[in-house]
Formats: sequence, C-alpha cells, structure tokens
Amino acid sequence: MSTRLQTGGTIIDRGQQIEFRWNGKRLRGFSGDTLASALLANNQMLLGRSFKYHRPRGLVASGAEEPNALVGLGEGARFEPNQRATTTELFSGLTAQPQNAWPSLEFDIGALNKMMTRFFPAGFYYKTFMYPRAAWKHVFEPVIRKAAGLGAAPKDPDADTYEHYHTHTDVMVIGGGISGLAAALEAGRSGARVLLVEQTANFGGRAIVDGVEIDGGDAESWINETLKTLNEMDNVTVVNRCLGAGVYDHGYVLAYQRLTDHTPDKDGPRHRLWRIRAKQVVTATGALERPLSFAGNDVPGVMLAGAVRDYATLYGVSVGDRVVIATNNDDAYRTAITLHRAGLIVPVIVDARPEANGTLPEQARALGIRIDTGKAIAKVKGGKRVTGVSLCVQAGEGSVLEEVACDAVAMSGGWSPVVHLWSHCGGKLNWDAEQAMFRPDPKRPPTGADGNGMLHVAGTANGYLDAASALADAGQAGRDAAKDAGFKPAAGTAPKAVSEAEAPILPVWSMPQGAGVKLQMKTFLDYQNDVKVSDVRLAAREGYESVEHTKRYTTLGMATDQGKLSNINGLAILADSLNAEIPRVGTTTFRPPYQPISMGAIAGSARAELFKPVRKSPVHAWFEDNGAVWEPVGDWRRPYTIRQAGENQKDAVKREILNTRQNVGLLDASTLGKIIVKGPDAGKFLDLLYTNMMSTLKPGFCRYGLMCTENGFLTDDGVVARLDEDTFLCHTTSGGSDRIHAWMEDWLQTEWWDFKVYTANLTEQYAQIAVVGPKARQVLEKLGGMDVSKESLPFMRFAEGTLAGIPARAFRISFSGELSYEIAVPASQGRAFWDKCLEAGAEFGIQPYGTEALHVMRAEKGFIMIGDETDGTIIPQDLNLNWAISKKKADFLGKRAQERSHMTDPDRWKLVGLLTENPADVLPDGAYAVDGTTAPTGIKTTIGRVTSSYYSPTLDRSIAMGLVKHGPERMGEVIDFPTTEGAVIKAKIVDPVFFDPEGEKQNV
Amino acid sequence: MLLLTCPNCGVEADETELSAGGQAHLKRFAAGSSDDEFESYLFHRSNAKGVHFERWRHSYGCGKWFLAARDTNTLEVFGTYPAQTPEPPKDLIAAIKKKRPDWKGFAK
Repeated sequence: MSTRLQTGGTIIDRGQQIEFRWNGKRLRGFSGDTLASALLANNQMLLGRSFKYHRPRGLVASGAEEPNALVGLGEGARFEPNQRATTTELFSGLTAQPQNAWPSLEFDIGALNKMMTRFFPAGFYYKTFMYPRAAWKHVFEPVIRKAAGLGAAPKDPDADTYEHYHTHTDVMVIGGGISGLAAALEAGRSGARVLLVEQTANFGGRAIVDGVEIDGGDAESWINETLKTLNEMDNVTVVNRCLGAGVYDHGYVLAYQRLTDHTPDKDGPRHRLWRIRAKQVVTATGALERPLSFAGNDVPGVMLAGAVRDYATLYGVSVGDRVVIATNNDDAYRTAITLHRAGLIVPVIVDARPEANGTLPEQARALGIRIDTGKAIAKVKGGKRVTGVSLCVQAGEGSVLEEVACDAVAMSGGWSPVVHLWSHCGGKLNWDAEQAMFRPDPKRPPTGADGNGMLHVAGTANGYLDAASALADAGQAGRDAAKDAGFKPAAGTAPKAVSEAEAPILPVWSMPQGAGVKLQMKTFLDYQNDVKVSDVRLAAREGYESVEHTKRYTTLGMATDQGKLSNINGLAILADSLNAEIPRVGTTTFRPPYQPISMGAIAGSARAELFKPVRKSPVHAWFEDNGAVWEPVGDWRRPYTIRQAGENQKDAVKREILNTRQNVGLLDASTLGKIIVKGPDAGKFLDLLYTNMMSTLKPGFCRYGLMCTENGFLTDDGVVARLDEDTFLCHTTSGGSDRIHAWMEDWLQTEWWDFKVYTANLTEQYAQIAVVGPKARQVLEKLGGMDVSKESLPFMRFAEGTLAGIPARAFRISFSGELSYEIAVPASQGRAFWDKCLEAGAEFGIQPYGTEALHVMRAEKGFIMIGDETDGTIIPQDLNLNWAISKKKADFLGKRAQERSHMTDPDRWKLVGLLTENPADVLPDGAYAVDGTTAPTGIKTTIGRVTSSYYSPTLDRSIAMGLVKHGPERMGEVIDFPTTEGAVIKAKIVDPVFFDPEGEKQNV
Repeated sequence: MLLLTCPNCGVEADETELSAGGQAHLKRFAAGSSDDEFESYLFHRSNAKGVHFERWRHSYGCGKWFLAARDTNTLEVFGTYPAQTPEPPKDLIAAIKKKRPDWKGFAK
C-alpha cells in the first residue's frame, strides 16, 4: 500500500495538517502537499477510470503530464471538472470527486467495455456504427453518449473573478528550475528587464530530488540564494504558480497565474492571464519522463520512476513497500537508491540494457539491490492494484522466467525535453538518436518581426539531461537572450553543478522487444484515451502513415495531457510499424496552451455586462422606464415595442401600428447611421459609392440611395441629404454605420486618395426622432419655430431651424408611407425633444412605437430592409430597384459585377409580394416555395423563398415579401410553401406594395 | 499576434489594434473591363508562403490604412509603408531581395 513515510518530504510542513474530502471520505494531508501526494499518503491509488474501457487507473506522474488523476474539484458555483490532482495544491476544505465512473469508482459498470477490448480497436466507432442508419440516432448514440464524456460540466455560473494583465519585458524566462534561475540571473545581470515564471509553487525543478550539487553546496541552498538575489534585483520579476502557456508571433507570450487556487478564502481574482510582449524568450521547461511499453503498464501502481522519487523525496510518500524498477537508462537508479535509503524494498531493477556499469548502477549494486540486465517486464499482475510482475528477456517474445511480488512498479523509458513552447511558433526539432529524443535545433528557432530568433532554450529542455551541462547551457542562454534583446551580458563566473555521470540510454519502444499481439493489446500508450500499442500498429497496417492521421484515427495524444506522456512512444511504434526512421515520421504539431488554462482566465473581466458594451440612444432611459421590450440591433438596444399596462407584445405592436396610421406615432430613429461626407469631390465620391447619381442632388433635397459591394451585392441603403454644395449627410442602416464609414475610408485612403473628401461619423452626435402619421404636422406646428407646411417643406426635402426652442433639422422622409418628419437634434437635447413631442402630441393621440411596428409598416409599403430582403447575395435588380441604378454613370462600386452573366440571368429570383390564400396564415420567415418537381437527388426543386412575413393590422391579414423565380412575370399565380410541420401554405404572387400604392398618404 | 509599425502615426501596434485587409496592390478593374480582368481583380489572390504584401488598417489607433511586406512563413516583417503607394518602394524590394535571394520579386 502507499503511505506517508515517517521522515522526509522537503516541501511539506508536517506541523500543518490539512483536512480534505475525496469521494465523500474525510482525509488528511500536510501543507505543501498536492492533492495527488495527499491521496497517495492515504493509500488512494485507484483515482479514476479510463475513457473508453473504464479500466481502473491510478497516478502515473507527479506533474502536468499526469493522464489519469483527473478529478472534479469544488462544489456548486465553484465546481470544476477535469482538474489534475498532481497540479492541484492541497488546501483546507478541498473537496474532490472521481469522474468517469458509474455507479462508483470501485465498481464501474462501464468496465464491462474492458471485456470487449478485442472488439474496440482503433477506428471502431467509424467502422461499426455505420448501419443501419436509424440505429445511430436511436440506439448507438444515446448509449455511447451516456457512457462517454470526461467529467461533468458545471451547472452554475462561475462564482470567481478573473483578470488580464498586460506587460512588456526584455527577457522572459519560462521555467523556474535551476536552468531557469541561472538564465534569469544571467539575463538580469545585463540590466535587461526579466520576467521569470514557474508553473508550480516551488522553484528548483528536479535538482533537489536528483541530489544535484551546485558550487560545492546542495541544490537547495543555491536555489534559495539565487531566488534571493533575483528578488533583490529591481529589473527582475519572479512569479510562481504561473504557467508559461503559449509562445505566439513576435514575442507574444501568454502566462496563466493561479492566484488563489491554493487559498480559496482569499479575496481577489482567482486566475490572472498575463499577456506579455517579450523581446526574447528563454524556455527552461525541463523534460518529461516516458513510460515503458509493457503489458499491464496501466495497472494502478505502475508509475514513472521520476514521479515515485518525487513523492518520496518532496512529499515523504511511499507508493508501495516493494517497488520493482524497470528501466532502459541510468536515471531510474536514482529512484531505486532513494527508495532503498527510505527503508523500502526494491526487489529487482529490470534493466533492458545488456549491461549497467555506470556510477549510479554501481551505487545501487553496492547497496545490495538486485540488478537484472537484458531483462524486461513480460506482464504486470493485478487489477485495481499491482500485485507482481513476471520477468522475461528483453530480446525475446515474453516467455516468463520468474514472477516477482511487488505492489508498485517504477518505470523509466528515458526523458523527452519539453519542446512545446519552442515549437508553438515555428521552432524546428532534430532527432538525437544517441539520447533517443527530439531536441530543439538552435539553427531553426522561431523568428520575430526582425527575422531573427526570438527564443532560446535552456538546460534540460535543450537536451542537456545532466545537471552540469544543463546549468552551463542555461547560463549561456540567459546571456544570449540578453544580448539579443540589446543588452551587454555582465562579466562574472557562472554557477557549476556536479551530478553523477550517466551511461547511454538504450531506446526501448517495446518490452519485450518481440512482444506479440496479445501483449500489445495490454500495453498502453495513451492512458486516458486507452490507446494501445496494438492500435497504433493496426493504424499503420490500415494505411495511416502520417503521424497526424494516426493521431486522429487512434486518438493517441488527443487526451487532456495532449500526448505529453507518450506521444514519443507512440510515434516510435508507428515508425517501427512503417519500417521508417523516427525523424521521418516526425511529431504531431505542438499547439498552445502547454497545459489547460481556465475558460475564466481567457474571458478575464469580459463577462456579463462587460462582455460587450451596449450602445444606448439618448432616449434609452425613457424606454427603460416605460415598458420597452428590448431587441438588439447591431450594438444598440432598440425597443421592439413599448407595452402599456396589461398588454401583451402582439397587442402592443398592433396598437402602435394602428395609432400611427390613424393618428400619430413617435419613433426613436437615433440609431440610424449619420455620416458627413464633405469636400470639393464629395459628389464625385458618392457617385462611385452609391448606385444612383448623388452629385446632381440639390442642396436642401433628399435622395434614397443604394450601396453595393464590388461583388455587386447590396450592402446598405439610406437617405442622402445635401446640406450644401460641398457637404452631404449619408444616412445608413442602424447596424451599418461603422462598417459603411470604414468602407468609405478604405476607398478614400487606398484607391481614390487624390479625391478631396473628408468623412466623419456623426451617428452619436444627433438624436433623430421620427414624428409619423396623419397628425404629424399638427404636432410639429404645436412645437413651433419652423414652417413645416407642405409648400415650404415638401416630401424628400429638409429644412433647418428650431422646434420647441431646440435647434433641429427636419427631413420629410418616410419609411412607413405616412406623412413623416424625421427630426435631428443635438444628442444632448434628444431626450428633451422626445419629451416635448410627447407633450405636444398628447392631444393628437401620439404614441411611441418600436421596431416591430416599423418593420410591419415598411413591409405594408413594400419597402425593402437590408438583412431581410438582402443576405449578401442579392443585387438591387433582384429587388426591382433598377430605378435607383444610374445608367448614366461610367462607374460605381458593383456596376461591373452586375454585368456578369450570372447577375443578368433572367432566372434570378425576384422580389414579389405574397398573399396567403387563407388570410390568417402567416408564412414562416425563410420558407421555401416548391414547384412540385423533384431533382434526381430526391430533393424538391425550390423556386423561391420568403424574405419578410407579418400579420398586417392595417390590412387585417397576413402579408409577405419573397424572392421568386420569374416572380414579377407570374402575378396572380398561386405557389406552394411546404412548412416544417408537413403542411403546405398556398400564396398568391402579387405586387409587393400592399398599402397605399399611389403614395397619397405620404405626399400631403 | 503580430506587431506592425503604423507608418502614419509611428506606433508599433499590436495586432489587436489592427484589421487585416487582404492582399495589397490590387489593380481595380471597373466597368468596361474584360471578364478575365474583372475575375482576377475580384477573386484571384496570391497565397504566398513567403514574401507577401498586405493591407492593414490601424483601426483602433489612428484609423489609417497602410501596407506591409512580410514573410507569411517566418513572420518576418520587411517593412510598412503608406497605403498611397501604387507599388512596393524600390528600397524595400531591394532589402527583401537581399534577405530572400530566391524570391522571384513583386508580381503585379
């Protein structure tokens, strides 16, 4: 069993006991523990179930590469799934739950899948659930979905807060092991601004565990001394619990700091996302140990040798009383020696190499530990816990020589430098055959804006596995980075480390070398996703030669550890199966973040009302106080309708429309875009921008205009008013003002830069209030100050003056077909003007109306709406707007495109009105019309679609507009619109102007 | 997250301040152009792995458009220059040639 040792544990404080809950049980750990070490100390080896077969799984590692120990952490609004026990610091009151186990961790029904192993090979889902087709939806998928999934999503909104932090630095050092410390120290001495981040709470990396000696003393003293020096330097910032998550273009680095995860009672943000611009980056990210591929290497109790050593040294935790060591290198002997010295039993060190005579093996031998060279593990025995191993010769096929009882196995397949951050932004790798690892190629670094390298790798991450050369390399990396950032490295002596010399590793990708299929099917590569050696070999046999394809087919490396543990093992197997060299197979792409970071940190403070700013018109507050039902329009909120007491939305809209048609309505049109285009060439410019002629517009007049893209498609519309000879005011749609202003600037700056034209977006400088209806003029006359008579201010004209003492520009324009004035007043007086309109209009029955009434009234008049009648594929000709397209102009945006053969095709669908045979039926928006024929594919031939559809209170029946093939030539014909419920609505093709076709109401 | 220096205001701008505007130095073909000319203007873009000329706008800064020459593969920025430049400046072309001897040069 695993337990807490009587002594030892360099980073735990035995004086501070901490209580926590796991799987409903109350357990105790010490301050300094991770959840993983505390669980081990309480003999909790079985921590979860694998994704596919629900096999029992325990801890494998002690850090970020852990694939199995994922737990649900916290409760309620602070619950978070898939948290790694190895990177979760223990705190008082921590509550954790196992996941992917049902009904319980000990007895999991999904584990029946395990019996089906031979039926669940790679690509199983792709191959099996194809037929019958209906079975997928009704049988396979519901069952699979119930069993699948890793962890449960939180149900409540996150109770914590998060923040972003922006900073610049000369040299950023990622990793606070001895290499990172040395690099930061050297860079700091040059005077450069240095930011050092370390993902865990503690500095020093593996040096303490490995017993490294630095400058004649132990590693711990040097680490503390160096940290002290760094903290005293003004130009150096040192941050722990801060993960260097990703390296991006031009020295942009994301780091993820866990501020209060270990002290949840503390105030302030939980996580901080650092957004860093670094001139130079140094990655001192160390290396990760690889498992060995032998049968049963996933049984709880089989762990990485380095992790076993970590738990013993750092946390004073023994993973078992009898620990068999399996290795192909010298480093694992350190684990054997550590365990032996802690008073535990190492029955045998199984070394795949023909001989082991290095310093470390000799030390082990001297301690009396049995070393079997040339041997391998044939199979691990045990279900929920290791009970023993059977040994065989490495060169053979697995004939059992001997069985050794044990309760844990410490394995080491060698170490892989953490090259992720080097690779994120394009750094290239070389395969080092001698050390059996990919390491950064210093000649091909990721490059910055100046084309030079922006990243240096330091120490172990650079492939220097022994402390002495790692430290020397790291100091040099720090100096190089400072130099490349424009600083002069300081003189001085670099620290020197001493560690035992290590004999070369023997690459072992399969144990034993000739393991047959039966063993391969029990030999796991990706523990979380249950990818076995046999799966990768199957993929290779089935033709998946690219490592990227094999990854997706087998899901190797697609689990939440992202292949940290065993991608190298997997691609070595693939290379072997393909009879290719490892570097030819290559690695899959390393993508940021290096470890999962919280969604909260990514969002930062951009939540709820801060997620996106809301634009508010000057009248917004009135609507808020008077029953508005809001609707988002672009970034604005506009009132859909303004309900009176006891009224529902439908009735409110109806009332607003009828009152506007009969008396007078009031609309807040402030959101309309208002762009000033000014200069001697303004007319010439607008002639190019609009399809119709704007240069001939006389001052004082208004003209409706259309804008198209170079593709010829309608993009915006609105009324243009010529304020004076040089000045035009272009109204745009509410959602289009910023886009159209940017569009104008694009053309002025990049194509017609010789034009003498300025633009200004004055949308928010003016409130615009529409007074609409037969009694509109009476309301304005009561406000007083301007002549608004038919003679002085006829339709499509505007005048400037004052109304109710407020400076105003009154436009005689109408989007409802009624007598209508749109009054622009300074935004600061918008609300005052609105209130005066309501006051003056009271005796005429004035009532505000919202966007829905606006939409219905415009549809009754057959006016198009950008975004309803248009969708980015519609040209003005489709909407019968040829009258608004100048034939005199040599050029305008979209003109050439509208001459393309597809645009002039007579079969294009064109705008018509649609009246349902049953006036009560309202056609569904977007419904398609069919002609009764069927294409060879079995799909009904469509001949049109509905673009706008409403119930018209004015006409007391439904109305619709739509685009129909040959529509205008088919007036009076009845066409079919099948609904999603299987019914068919019949509608007659009519003219789209349903109300007042002569325009008598607006011309009064 | 590129860094580009806006030639109008001189700010070394983070990509979050900028909007990308596609390939630079397109010749606009308007009414009267042939189908082939118009098709190439409207739809055909180079997809260079290497030297590329692009339009950028300093949207959340001075608001001005500018042009940039950069390597889409290594992300090296060779230079930025005002949008009112019909062809890449000669000295910029020379500088790119020096750094990328295999580059075939700016093609209109």
